[in-house]
Amino acid sequence: MRGLRRIAARGHSPARLMGGTLVGLVVLMAILGPLLVEGSPTRQDLSAVLDPPSADALLGRDHLGRSVLVRLVHAARLSVSLGAATVVAAAVPGILLGLLAAWAGGWTDRVLSGLGDAVLALPGLLLVLLVVALAPGAFWPLFLGLSLAMWVEWFRVTRAASGALLASPAVEAARLLGFGPWHVLRRHVLPEMAPLFGTLAAFGFAGAVLAVGALGFIGIGLRPPTAEWGLMMVELLPHYDEAPLAMLAPALCLFALVLGLQLLAGRDPR
Amino acid sequence: MGGVVRALLRRAVQAVLVTVLVSGLCFTLVRLLPGDQALRVAEGRYGYDRVTTASADAVRAELGLDRPAAEQFMAWVARLAQGDLGVSLVTGDRVVEEVAYQLGHTLLLSLAALSLALLAGPALGLFAGLRPGGVLDQAGMVGAAALRALPVFALGIGLMLLFGVTLGWLPVAGFHATENLVLPALALGLGLAAASARVARDATVAATSAPFFGFALLRGLTRAQAVRQHVPRNAAVPVLAYLGVNLALLVEGVVVVESLFGWPGIGHALSHAIAARDVPMLQGTALSLGLIFVALNAFTDLAILAADPRRRG
Repeated sequence: MRGLRRIAARGHSPARLMGGTLVGLVVLMAILGPLLVEGSPTRQDLSAVLDPPSADALLGRDHLGRSVLVRLVHAARLSVSLGAATVVAAAVPGILLGLLAAWAGGWTDRVLSGLGDAVLALPGLLLVLLVVALAPGAFWPLFLGLSLAMWVEWFRVTRAASGALLASPAVEAARLLGFGPWHVLRRHVLPEMAPLFGTLAAFGFAGAVLAVGALGFIGIGLRPPTAEWGLMMVELLPHYDEAPLAMLAPALCLFALVLGLQLLAGRDPR
Repeated sequence: MGGVVRALLRRAVQAVLVTVLVSGLCFTLVRLLPGDQALRVAEGRYGYDRVTTASADAVRAELGLDRPAAEQFMAWVARLAQGDLGVSLVTGDRVVEEVAYQLGHTLLLSLAALSLALLAGPALGLFAGLRPGGVLDQAGMVGAAALRALPVFALGIGLMLLFGVTLGWLPVAGFHATENLVLPALALGLGLAAASARVARDATVAATSAPFFGFALLRGLTRAQAVRQHVPRNAAVPVLAYLGVNLALLVEGVVVVESLFGWPGIGHALSHAIAARDVPMLQGTALSLGLIFVALNAFTDLAILAADPRRRG
């Protein structure tokens, strides 16, 4: 009953619906795209360089004769999976440590909060860049850096929200009735925080996808010939007037995904 | 007065944290990079074709690379404390001098973008908020949502192609004349301006529907007078607070925009340093960007204190 009322209260505003549709389309493209569109994202056909759209390459070919559509769907898979993996890798430690800090209080809280402040002292991308510098072009430092920069937000939100919830009369009553911490968390704390987590996940996902694109674009993220939206754009920048669609398509995908996530998330929680 | 001191103290702690974090990461980085560090430094000094084992050993002894890591870290920190950031492995110039040259360019670009976010955005938001649901409100908010979702680099390319190529109004690269600043500043500032417009709009709606606003009208003020008296200052605090939280976006954007437009600032140098694995340069640029971030944060704190007397105390 309570869950139902909450859904009704949150409502399905047109913005949320549109956001959900956009994100759904891109995720569908990431999951089904590589299965539906045949071919390798790195197969070159140098006799078809910068060809306009045709039957066997629906969005045309890039400067090395690779099918833009094939590259687009593989890049979608890369971005979506990296974004999802980063959100999970940031959310799990963030939520657990946030709950621990709120539950234990005292020195545990102070040490964990200090750690969070230390990470926040640097702009997130700078931290990512410093980790990426370990091995430019590789996948794992990108993932590690992004998770390292993003767990703090989860930690802080969880700590603040669960701190208030743990002090609520409902929790006090449950504790007095003899229920253990597990029951209190599962029944009283986590359900209340679910909408917050949804917002954080959407913003984190968008941030990760944007960062991957930006780093690829300035040449310190993933390396060619990986199919990645930011890389695709910068590779085709010199050919913008010959193959405008090949440069526009990755930009549009990235824009649609980020806009969708922002609409889905609603207001900025910070 | 207490508020000011507390704010500055907090930022001083942050500055120390930035320094520790950046230098610690860079120190680890040097040790984790594959290959012999002494050999790399010797290569940088004498040229890769004239390095011998003897010269590498000489470098190792001179820089103390054969001593334990903890001892080396103390030496590294001591050098840092004296303002010695070392020598770029690529150009051989002192990092401090290079960063000092780039600093001016980066500050110019950031301040241009910030003024866009602090003046144009909130002004637009204020007018939109005076008529909630009006044409300007709806169009502006759709535009703002789109701008916030547009990646900085895609926006930069769009601006380049539109104003630089199709219309031919503005140069897409270069950094000597004033008109060179326009496109990078727009690319960097438009996203922030959109966000601050959104915040200013909501704050305006809140202020004009507050009881004190109705009372001002009852007192006989015209609507224009009441708006002038109550809205800007009430909207300034949330706009500044929002901007303070999102200054990270500005610093992140600096790296991307400078690289895209070939702007000779710290962000551009940072991305080059990473690509070239030039660790001293990486440390110098990352440290400067981090400290710029702290300084901007401190300014925002002070501006909020100046705009909102309730927070002094």
